[in-house]
Amino acid sequence: MLYKRLLNVGLALITISGLLLGCAPEAEETGDIEEMEEVVIGVYEPMTGAQAAGGVQTMQGVDLAYAQKDEVLGVPIRMVLVDNRGDKAESATAMTRLIEQENAVAVVGSYGSSNSMAGGEVSEAAGIPVMGCSPTNPLVTEGKDYYFRACFIDPFQGRVMAKYATEQGIEKVAIIQNISQDYSVGLAAFFKQSWVDLMGSEEGIVSETSYQDGDQDFTAQLSDIGDAQAIFAPGYYGDAALLMKQAREMGFTGLFMGTDAWEAPELVEIAGDSAEGCVFSSHYSAEAATTPASAPFVEAFEAEYGEKPSAMAALGYDAYMLVIDAIERAGSFDPEAIRDAMAATENFEGVTGYITINETGDAVKDAVVLEVQDGEFKYLSTVSP
Amino acid sequence: MTFNSFLQNLANGISLGSLYALIAIGYTMVYGILRLINFAHGDLVMLGSYFAFYGVSMFFLPWWAAFFFAVALTAGVGVVMEKVAYRPLRDFPRINLFTAAVAVSFLLENLAIVIFGGRPNAFSRPPFMDKMLNIGSVTFVSYTPIIIAVSLVLFIGLILIINHTKAGTAMRALSKDIETTGLMGVNTNKIIMFAFMLGSSLAAVGGILWAIKFPQINPLMGVMPGLKAFVAAVLGGIGNVGGAMIGGLLLGIVEIMLVAFFPSLSGYRDAFSYAILILLLLFRPTGIMGEVQPEKV
Repeated sequence: MLYKRLLNVGLALITISGLLLGCAPEAEETGDIEEMEEVVIGVYEPMTGAQAAGGVQTMQGVDLAYAQKDEVLGVPIRMVLVDNRGDKAESATAMTRLIEQENAVAVVGSYGSSNSMAGGEVSEAAGIPVMGCSPTNPLVTEGKDYYFRACFIDPFQGRVMAKYATEQGIEKVAIIQNISQDYSVGLAAFFKQSWVDLMGSEEGIVSETSYQDGDQDFTAQLSDIGDAQAIFAPGYYGDAALLMKQAREMGFTGLFMGTDAWEAPELVEIAGDSAEGCVFSSHYSAEAATTPASAPFVEAFEAEYGEKPSAMAALGYDAYMLVIDAIERAGSFDPEAIRDAMAATENFEGVTGYITINETGDAVKDAVVLEVQDGEFKYLSTVSP
Repeated sequence: MTFNSFLQNLANGISLGSLYALIAIGYTMVYGILRLINFAHGDLVMLGSYFAFYGVSMFFLPWWAAFFFAVALTAGVGVVMEKVAYRPLRDFPRINLFTAAVAVSFLLENLAIVIFGGRPNAFSRPPFMDKMLNIGSVTFVSYTPIIIAVSLVLFIGLILIINHTKAGTAMRALSKDIETTGLMGVNTNKIIMFAFMLGSSLAAVGGILWAIKFPQINPLMGVMPGLKAFVAAVLGGIGNVGGAMIGGLLLGIVEIMLVAFFPSLSGYRDAFSYAILILLLLFRPTGIMGEVQPEKV
């Protein structure tokens, strides 16, 4: 089985290179790393659609990592990006394409837990290892042998924000979730659970409402919040921006709280002044370097893009580098071997922190809390698990 | 729920509903004449808002000029769409025309992704549309009455055009029988083009107002409003302009009120609004204002 897969991958690669060179493919020995023309690493991210900003930010990091490391085990890497449009069905299609047409030996992605869960079904069946950059819902890796991630998971993130709220003296909070996104539903539940743990009862949660993908009017949900001092809205940046704008227009003066999917420049561009003072948890802040790799990364990133790296970009960078690291430790392009190496990742020096993959396939890492000040994301504090 | 929050929700519902109505009118007008459900209508909404956005942000036009330019340009796209994709298929089975409409819709969406980019853009409101107003304890932003007023004025204007102009009379005749109207000496191509121009302009105005209310525009923003407006048009009785207006308002108010009255059911909002639609259609298959049309032989 193992040998057969290796053979398939090797054969396919040689066929491609054979076609490129116009020479007879059978002249080469199958599976010999020295002879391989290229190895494919697939990436699937939302480059268009409602989550595009997240995908584009992630790709900044992945592209930078690829530019720095375009060769592994002496074989040139060909990186193939497929747009999953932030859509579940498209994500499954994208993963299928990466595995079946492009013969990727490992895949990086995707921004958005629902996207990753849809893609994960395909990669699991095909036995191709995937390194998730920022999908935080626990279900992305739960029960999956081939899905890993470079980021923390939502039970922790929900706790970070619940703790932040109680520390700020907030006693009444409203939760507004996007019911179409596993990410949002999960976070709302984890936040509530942590809130109950911290406050002893559900009383302080004055309103729990939902909306769906594509909704732009949140006035009805907002009219239900009563005297809440804060709104916790773990949705994507676009929804959150409109929600904050509408809440302010309806006279809400309290605190907006969100999660890592808020980290996109669009949040501030769309919400304008309404976003001022909002806080959210995220994975990383360029202001709070954590490992020796952080500073050179920020420098290289600024030289390339002229801006500070976002958490998504940093995670994209780390996810790609984790894949390379796993291939190097495996010493082969066999997906099984890469998977095993990925699972055994320990104290990898990432730019977002030291990464150790635990038994569920997740990274256990610190979270940062960011605040919007004068239209910029400012670092507030670091929270350890 | 207090009376005040009821009023607040009513105001929100009417302003959302008038947007649905504005878009639904364009749908229903084209259907009334060609029996074509123009699925690309929602994408004209998107184009309208993008043209206005670029008018302001790229060509530095004052907002009124940008809006005018956007409406004119979208009307142009509507006319080209009719001429290129729909006119050659007019004499073939309806299903061909319908398929062409779906194709045009995908074409416009994907062109928009390629040309405008996939990331959302922030649409900036003209300053006078960004003021907070209070009437009693009901809070709203100044765009709310403007949206309602614009929809109402355009609706009345359209009714006047349909009922009191030559072109309007020809449009009504066309909706009864295209061939016979042609035989009476009416230039059917011209009138259909005129109807598309009107419908697309309304879509553009709807798109601009939509972007003012929800200041985030992206290439797929027209899909949901388009779908909702289609539902509104069916609800009101497709083919009937007054019905589209009522259907749109009703849909907007029902959507808002459902969530407002039953916050715990907010995740099932669309399920409930569509259940109401199905019930209504079971009892009144032609919609609220629709008439039974005899099948043409």
